[in-house]
Amino acid sequence: MEQILQSTPNGMYCAAGDFYVDPRLPVARAVVTHAHSDHARWGCESYLAAKPGENLLRLRMSSDARFEFLPYGDAITVGGVRVSFHPAGHILGSAQVRLEVRGHVVLVTGDYKLGLDPTCDAWEPVTCHSMITESTFGLPIYRWQPQEMVFESINEWWRRCREEGKCCLLYGYAVGKSQRLLAGLDPTIGKIYCHGAVEKGIGAYRRSGIALPETTYVGSISGKHDWRGAMVVAVPSVHGTAWTKRFGRTSTAMASGWMAVRGARRRRSVDRGFVLSDHVDWPSLLTAIDACNPETVWVTHGYSAAVARYLTENGREARVLDGRGRIEGDEDAADAQESTLEGEVQP
Amino acid sequence: MIQFANLYNAIDATTKTNEKLSALINYFGSASHADAAWATFFLAGYKLRQLVPTKLLRLWAAEEANIPSWLFEESYHSVGDLAETLTLIVPPGESADDLSLADWVEERLMPLRAMNEAQQRQAVVTLWKQTPTPMRLVIMKLITGAFRVGVSKSIVTRAIAEHAGIDSDVVSHRLMGNWKPTGKFFEGLISKEIQDTLASQPYPFCLAHPIELERGPESLGDATDFAAEWKWDGIRGQVIRRAEQVFIWSRGEDLMENRWPEIESAAQLLPNGTVLDGEILGSRDADQVLPFSQLQKRIGRKIASKKLLKEVPVVFQAFDLLQDAGEDIRSLPFRERRKRLEALLATIEHPHLQGTKLIDGGSWDSWAKTRDLSREKNAEGLMIKRWDASYEVGRVRGVWWKWKVSPFTIDAVLIYAQKGHGKRSGVYTDYTFALWDGESLVPFAKAYSGLDDSEINLVDRFVRQNTRESFGPVRSVAPALVMELAFEGIQRSTRHKSGIATRFPRIVRWRHDKKPEDANTLADLMEMLPP
Repeated sequence: MEQILQSTPNGMYCAAGDFYVDPRLPVARAVVTHAHSDHARWGCESYLAAKPGENLLRLRMSSDARFEFLPYGDAITVGGVRVSFHPAGHILGSAQVRLEVRGHVVLVTGDYKLGLDPTCDAWEPVTCHSMITESTFGLPIYRWQPQEMVFESINEWWRRCREEGKCCLLYGYAVGKSQRLLAGLDPTIGKIYCHGAVEKGIGAYRRSGIALPETTYVGSISGKHDWRGAMVVAVPSVHGTAWTKRFGRTSTAMASGWMAVRGARRRRSVDRGFVLSDHVDWPSLLTAIDACNPETVWVTHGYSAAVARYLTENGREARVLDGRGRIEGDEDAADAQESTLEGEVQP
Repeated sequence: MIQFANLYNAIDATTKTNEKLSALINYFGSASHADAAWATFFLAGYKLRQLVPTKLLRLWAAEEANIPSWLFEESYHSVGDLAETLTLIVPPGESADDLSLADWVEERLMPLRAMNEAQQRQAVVTLWKQTPTPMRLVIMKLITGAFRVGVSKSIVTRAIAEHAGIDSDVVSHRLMGNWKPTGKFFEGLISKEIQDTLASQPYPFCLAHPIELERGPESLGDATDFAAEWKWDGIRGQVIRRAEQVFIWSRGEDLMENRWPEIESAAQLLPNGTVLDGEILGSRDADQVLPFSQLQKRIGRKIASKKLLKEVPVVFQAFDLLQDAGEDIRSLPFRERRKRLEALLATIEHPHLQGTKLIDGGSWDSWAKTRDLSREKNAEGLMIKRWDASYEVGRVRGVWWKWKVSPFTIDAVLIYAQKGHGKRSGVYTDYTFALWDGESLVPFAKAYSGLDDSEINLVDRFVRQNTRESFGPVRSVAPALVMELAFEGIQRSTRHKSGIATRFPRIVRWRHDKKPEDANTLADLMEMLPP
């Protein structure tokens, strides 16, 4: 792998093509896996990404930058490197980046999941020599239920709240999770409202042709309003702020893979935690690695050491790419900023 | 069992007392008496004796999940709760028919204890195959004995009282002491009829509120409305003399049998129908109370040796009388109870059973001066009690006050961190602090509490970014953070590297203004040792 990609303080650098994959700092040329801000860094001069993510990436990056988009599966040559994008199943337009130099293939998964998600293309295995995989939930305590079961409990919660005359506040990241949640909500139960940061993401999804139920921007409602029985999808950073006061009696819930553990749920101090993740869980991480069948696995972003050790003990060469753990809130740190920019979180 | 698992989840899902209360009342209203009895048992904090060694549970769970044991431990450190780790790590099962809580406990869980290892393994694996995640969590908590959910015994008591339509002090009293969780017991618990108390049954303890040190006692009002006595550092207990027998209960509602033979024999002198509230103290003669560390030597022993009995003799210092000549006198004012207590104790003379001495003064200033002598007396401070108050159930405001001496404080450097448990699981919240000894930092105390959530998050980030080494779950970090620690007591110890043990160390504040080199030295700590 080292001949193609090097780990540098700016992120993973490909010298042959003179670009970074998911840089950590602003660089001249960035190849990005998806539009979340811990992968698509604001302030780069140019971005190369998968075509289905175009609307999202343009929404989140500076319009001064140069953009180039490739359909899934198509390849271009940058320097001596053949670059192509393959569905990662994480959020709309998320991709695994395949880099090929003289027959040697490196795959950067970015964030990915194997489970169903109607708002993006499903993950596809890519055979490779080196696979750089995330491990956000790389411990055997993380096993996701099928999403139908999770949505059944979310809708059940909504129905009960409606009967009790409460307003549901459902938290998810502004881009990706929120739209997946919307796609799973049952709009026959009641009206769906969205926080500004979520609403922006919804626009990009709709423009990309993803079917989502009808939503109303919370900011467009002025004066007294009856919020009983309504569903409000918002970013987690509004929890406990004055912004939520307008809804009267609420029941709050967070949708995230972290909610699998009771302690994480209680720290959030939300009423309900729904375990719904856009990352691979333990069994699907192992399935994905077997399907891509690399000679070497490089583990990053999460429980890297544990995953690398487990793979090594089971006869697959595996190393830790970097020791930086991932903790709850890393991904939505950007959401908090965004919601402030939106001017919605006011005292 | 589904019903009980739902109750657990309903309580766990909310932080509001009223919602917890209504979930409990609903449950008690719909559960069978046998189920309600077991639910009361577990919710009130009682547990089953160990059914299966946890070492084996870990092993079997790792086998079922097809993972090595180090990965189980890694997961456990991340989750911070054993029952939950076991629940999450074994692939979920399908729920079979739904046995009641009582049937689960009596037919599936309790028999585990008598089985051999192979039978236990088979039973536990079967149980895993038959339980989906939420139900399994509750069952694993019952098996590991770590069934804690966010309700106190007093909330459970209130819920039962509301369900039964009786006074909660009555329920509280009926729940004291030893009882068996049976349908019949629960019927008695909710009965509107007045019942005979069991000879052994203690009364619920009255508890004190702390006087805030900054505000001082003046806010309580006129000092002449109060009595003052030493707040000793011993074991709170109730001595019961009924039906020619003696029972000694701890505040944790342990019946302490054969532990305190001196006090038991002294209590034989009391007339039947007497209940005393007081403190068990190590004491060589009337005026000299031994430090708690001495008494501790006797706490660990079921039966004390002759040598130890001689080395650490104990005395029961009675400060209240709850039952007098068979009459429950808790509703009388303290002034009257105290008078009766003194009259009663005057009739018996025994070195191991005495009454506390009230401290004269009657003004806050003179009591403040007395309080300053606490440390040399091996006392924690003063107790302040209202003359006209009845003996209340639990921590009722305004009746009893504890006026402790200010704690010791010292500035120390954080050098090790470990992830916490429960609500704090997965976050570095358990810290080890060190003091300077020449050029090196010597660990001397662990502290778990005192920071608020946002400070904990900052320390958590710091630990992740500044880890030097990991030893299992413990990380050593760059010595950079200085915190002010407070503690109640200090003594020499051969088990601690620093040679010193501190009592109840906790964090007072994060000293952002101090660099690690500004922290205190071990010599500074040594100076605080009693002469």
